[in-house]
Amino acid sequence: MHLLEPRPQPSQLMRWTAPLIAIVATLLVGSGLFLALGKDPLQSFKVFFVEPLTSSYGWSELLIKACPLILIAQGLAIGFKARIYNIGAEGQLIVGALAGGGIAIQFGDSGAAWVLPAMVLAGALGGALWGAIPALLKTRFNAEETLTTLMLAYVASFLLSYMVNGPWRDPEGMNFPQSVMFADGALFPILLEGSRVNGSVFITLFAVLGFWLFNAKSFLAYQLEVGGQAPAAARYAGFSAQRTVWFSLVLSGLTAGLAGVGEVAGPVGQLNLNISPGYGFAAIIVAYLGRLHALGIVLAGALMALIYLGGEAAQVALQLPAAITGIFQGMLLFFLLGADAFIDNRLRRRK
Amino acid sequence: MSQTPPRLTLTGISKRYPSVVANDGVSLSVAPGEIHAILGENGAGKSTLMKIIYGAVKADAGEIRWNGQPVTIANPAQARKLGIGMVFQHFSLFETLTVVENIALALDAPFDPAALALRVREVSERYGLPLDPHRLVHSLSVGERQRVEIVRCLLQDPKLLILDEPTSVLTPQAVQKLFDTLRRLASEGVSIVYISHKLHEIQTLCDSATILRGGKVTGEAIPRDETPASLARMMIGRELPVCEAPPYSGPSRPVLEIRQLSQRSDDPFGTSLTDVSLTVNAGEIVGIAGISGNGQAELLAALSGEAPSGKTTVWLDGEAIGHLHPGRRRARGLAFVPEERLGRGAVPSQSLAHNALLTGHRHGGMRRFGLVSYARARQFAQDCIARFDVRCGGPLAAARSLSGGNLQKFIVGREIMLSPKAMIVAQPTWGVDVGAAAFLRQTLLDLSRSGVAILVISEELEELFEISDRIAVLAQGRLSAAVPKAEADAESVGLQMAGLFNAEASHASA
Repeated sequence: MHLLEPRPQPSQLMRWTAPLIAIVATLLVGSGLFLALGKDPLQSFKVFFVEPLTSSYGWSELLIKACPLILIAQGLAIGFKARIYNIGAEGQLIVGALAGGGIAIQFGDSGAAWVLPAMVLAGALGGALWGAIPALLKTRFNAEETLTTLMLAYVASFLLSYMVNGPWRDPEGMNFPQSVMFADGALFPILLEGSRVNGSVFITLFAVLGFWLFNAKSFLAYQLEVGGQAPAAARYAGFSAQRTVWFSLVLSGLTAGLAGVGEVAGPVGQLNLNISPGYGFAAIIVAYLGRLHALGIVLAGALMALIYLGGEAAQVALQLPAAITGIFQGMLLFFLLGADAFIDNRLRRRK
Repeated sequence: MSQTPPRLTLTGISKRYPSVVANDGVSLSVAPGEIHAILGENGAGKSTLMKIIYGAVKADAGEIRWNGQPVTIANPAQARKLGIGMVFQHFSLFETLTVVENIALALDAPFDPAALALRVREVSERYGLPLDPHRLVHSLSVGERQRVEIVRCLLQDPKLLILDEPTSVLTPQAVQKLFDTLRRLASEGVSIVYISHKLHEIQTLCDSATILRGGKVTGEAIPRDETPASLARMMIGRELPVCEAPPYSGPSRPVLEIRQLSQRSDDPFGTSLTDVSLTVNAGEIVGIAGISGNGQAELLAALSGEAPSGKTTVWLDGEAIGHLHPGRRRARGLAFVPEERLGRGAVPSQSLAHNALLTGHRHGGMRRFGLVSYARARQFAQDCIARFDVRCGGPLAAARSLSGGNLQKFIVGREIMLSPKAMIVAQPTWGVDVGAAAFLRQTLLDLSRSGVAILVISEELEELFEISDRIAVLAQGRLSAAVPKAEADAESVGLQMAGLFNAEASHASA
């Protein structure tokens, strides 16, 4: 039995309603989940999705969680359009954080004005380097980037673990696996008194504008898209497939590295094992939920940030396990992929 | 004879798809032992009608009678049980299996491998289709592969055999052999339905013909009593258009040269090129005949730059470009129309304006400082649509929404608008309707007479004889010398297509 048949034209309507369908389906199944756990679904949703936004502090927390997600997803979306699947942004984030954090640890106490800019630069380069390794492996040995990027994410996480347990461990940290707290000169300045919102939001802001323009106007973005949609047409036109690989992986590594610096020189303030609650992986969902579009990603990033906040609130107020955040993220991606099948297909009408 | 009911009768068959009516009240009748032609252009509804008979598609309305009895044919297995066999235009064979293994895969009943191999040999020899049952399919020529498909049908003792455009991949000599086989089958009482758009074949082979246009029957005829012109009128509703090839009066100089190009194929089932040399001069069209799979894909890739070769193997206007990548060659004035329109010549999901950028981005200010002017790309697409009569929903229509002929007009038009010095065109009218095909041929002729060097690679011999000034043959990766059209004839070209010029060449050198 074939339930689906291809549409004559892909549906543009479905392209943009699929995320909404996925959100509704996630909420419905989420209700069932809350019921099964013996919680009142309406009350739970209120805790999860409404209460975090009832205070200005909640909104500021939303902003600092959305920013890294949006920043990473912008970079990933460029590659995804070209069918280069970097799923190891988490690793690039960590290496970016290590590179930036290293400068903070070595030179933070100097108080020099160049420390923070140097950290940003080092973070971008570190992330880009971690993205360049899979690019080299793919262009030289045709190694699948989905595997190499993911495996390098684990390498990065062990590297971080080694650094904070070894060379960069805080000597007065009572043997906790963490570095010293960064000096003030090595932190982004706080923008709103009483919140954790800091100067790194401007990086995300510029990135959104930059990626929006890049997608809308640049010839390179057009080439990347052709390479993803019709590789033979790209070869025919003489667009370099190698350049596409390098550009996609280095750029998405770079944005992830910047996000890493934003975390350690922002809300976290040091290097430790919890610098990212899986932003690099969640950003994959954000990129697709936002339809790989610069502005769509902003909305999707805000929703994903809300799921993080709601998950924390649910742990406190409803005594739910921390896994609840991952479950909601997973359901969202699952239903999105399901709904996306209806962009190119439709239900077969019964005769 | 009047007592025998027709083998197959269709009455009022209709089939409607969401956007098109494929068959509209089609009726026809085929007697035992009759060779019946279904004549029509691409998109006339021939294939849908055949799929309905073969049970692959279900008709919305109408009746099918088999030997006088009404039947419903729910699926191909049931059609085979009734005695209906079909040879498709595109083969469905596994290259890594042997002939007999491929045949066994299609059988509905259990079998004994040794006995089957024996029967394959017996049937193939009886009908003049010699086949070694134990050879691997990838080592067979296209003609031999078609034999496998035919023998596969014959093993089931069909009473009706359907052949869909069977000669499009055959040399003229192989076509004659196929016709002998079909006549022999008919003399034994097998009915044959022969789908084609080639008028002379139908006149040579078929007893009767049903002509389709736009899903409707527009005529029934005894092909021998008709002229090609009268058949064409029934098929396309007007006279068959003729191309004009005026002599070229401008200065002649070599523009595109291939010098001793040898290239190993990356594809394990591909054909390596051996010592290919050819010169195409300004103002002329050189045609390369031959059956696909004889190095065509490899030659095209070497010329376009998708598979760069040695520097001095390809020359454009006196410059060695064999080592350059496609973009560099395009920048130097080489244009290229690939065989595959959707997916190579155009990005299927993108608009015509975006597809104008694909190769046109160097022209008309479409790209400046790394930024794209989509307004200029739209204008370019609009100009191309107007100048080359592309029927479509405008510059924003997706490439895949166009018919094959109109998309080809767009791609050829786009490449011409880049003002090339030399243009390479593969299968210019493959799957294109007669009207668009004539337009495309005339367009190429006009372009060449404006001083452009054109190389056409085609499987359609008639087409090459119509537009080429000189003709060469590519067989087994070797290219024969290009001879002026007046000195070439279908007979000798056909022999060369079968690879026989090797023997002649070695005689000559001995």
